[in-house]
Amino acid sequence: MKALLIDDEPLARSLVKEYLEETYPQIQILQECGDGFEGVKAIAQHQPDLIFLDIQMPKINGFEMLELVDNRPAVIFTTAFDEYAIQAFEAHAIDYLLKPFSQERFNKAVDKWLQQKDLADNKKNTAALLETVATNLERQERIVVKIGSKIKIIPEQDILYLEADGDYVMIYTPEGRYLKNKTMQYFENTLDAKKFLRVHRSSILQLAQIVRLEPYEKDSHIAILKSGAQIPVSRSGYSKLRQVLGI
Amino acid sequence: MLYGIFQMALLYWFGFSWQVALQDSFLSTVLLAIACWLVSNNLYFYRPKHSRYIYVGFFCFILAVLWLVLIRYLSPFLQGIEMSYMPFLFKSLPIRFFTGFLLISWVALISILWYSQQDQIESDKRQTDIEKLAREAELFKLRQQLQPHFLFNSLNSINSLIGSQPKDARKMIQQLSDFLRSTLKKEDHQWVTLAEEIQHLVLYLDIEKMRFGHRLETNITFDEETAAKKLPPMLLQPLVENAIKFGLYDTTDDVIISIKANAVDNMLCISVQNPFDPQTASPRKGTGFGLNGVRRRLYLLFGRQDLLQTQNLTDNIYTTTIQIPQA
Repeated sequence: MKALLIDDEPLARSLVKEYLEETYPQIQILQECGDGFEGVKAIAQHQPDLIFLDIQMPKINGFEMLELVDNRPAVIFTTAFDEYAIQAFEAHAIDYLLKPFSQERFNKAVDKWLQQKDLADNKKNTAALLETVATNLERQERIVVKIGSKIKIIPEQDILYLEADGDYVMIYTPEGRYLKNKTMQYFENTLDAKKFLRVHRSSILQLAQIVRLEPYEKDSHIAILKSGAQIPVSRSGYSKLRQVLGI
Repeated sequence: MLYGIFQMALLYWFGFSWQVALQDSFLSTVLLAIACWLVSNNLYFYRPKHSRYIYVGFFCFILAVLWLVLIRYLSPFLQGIEMSYMPFLFKSLPIRFFTGFLLISWVALISILWYSQQDQIESDKRQTDIEKLAREAELFKLRQQLQPHFLFNSLNSINSLIGSQPKDARKMIQQLSDFLRSTLKKEDHQWVTLAEEIQHLVLYLDIEKMRFGHRLETNITFDEETAAKKLPPMLLQPLVENAIKFGLYDTTDDVIISIKANAVDNMLCISVQNPFDPQTASPRKGTGFGLNGVRRRLYLLFGRQDLLQTQNLTDNIYTTTIQIPQA
């Protein structure tokens, strides 16, 4: 069985390592990662069965890192203090360990995983976990995307508009467009509702980008953005827009 | 209204035509209503102290007299008055005065009671608001002092060291205890020397260095003369925490935090520098809060808004500078 340690504090990693070696020699630690970027790479490279993941880390946090991982392993969170984690994980995570934790508590978490591993589908667990976390997270101020092996952080203000693209969402920025495997619903819930509005089943736009609105066919409109892009606006989207813009 | 109808009926009963009765009672009722409104309005803006209630009585008396005088000189202008009306008016003046005075005083009394009750309700509300704010501030301060995130992470590091490097674990426990003790000991109003404040910061930074290993380096420079300058306690702590948070969590490279202090023209000037990544320096939650707290404290202490300044000297170095006027 393969495991990874992802935590920005070396001492925190060595503690998990020590605990693991003490009781579970069958679980092999393939790599230790000091931040989310390394974590993404290492997961892609090693395809571990289990990761120990800190939440507060440089650049991208533990959740954002998980979003970038295609083949999600089972996750045990190790964190010092996290209000939302406690409620969010109760249902879905393998476990969360509050630092500092004891060997006994640690063993309980790993035992839980060992039992679940064979029967339940961990991937589903993690996915459900992420959804729960997303709804519990405070509004999103940035989006993390992966382009090949590179990771890009898009600040909220750089997002011009979003368009549904099959099971994915295409994010348009001044520098280009990026694909992210999330639902429109997810972005509608997490982006700042004061700045972004879902104007159509398949589009969300940044209000500050709108230059003008034009009628288009019957019952529908299009919004013209500063970049020149034309975004379809449905009838209900149009009435929402009018409300928000006060026209 | 009631008073007017009552007066009209009374006059009618005394044998005056209903016209005269109506006019007379209308005149006196309207004038009385104005007097009552005056009293009540005055009391709305001016609430007398308990010892001054006599003045209110006096005021009511004057109003009643004025009311009476007006009736006395306006009544002869009423239409269709009988011969017997004028003598009756003069005779009835004392009774009119008495009822008028009583009514005005009664309105004054009601007003005082009503307004003071309103005041009471309002001040009660204010009081609870103030208490709630104070409690929240106290709680916030406590949490700030203890910094649970920092504390738990440090304990976790110690837990790790106990297994591998027991000596270092002991050292870290010592550092953590010293740091906590000096945090709790600080008094808000007692200024400390820069040397003392830096000593406290060094404890904190040493613990952070243990946690983050080689990633964190510090560089503190100030001269002997500056060391003796004074400043309010715990003022630098939030700046350094901020620098660490930005430095360590916004970049993945090694981080150097520099603290420089010097004294110029009776001003103690301290700057804290940390690297950051301008590309992704997203508005991180809570970063501004520490700085705002410091700015607010400086404003409360010195009444100046310009004592804390931040700037990006180069592309990726963030500098926070504070100035402390020396007494």
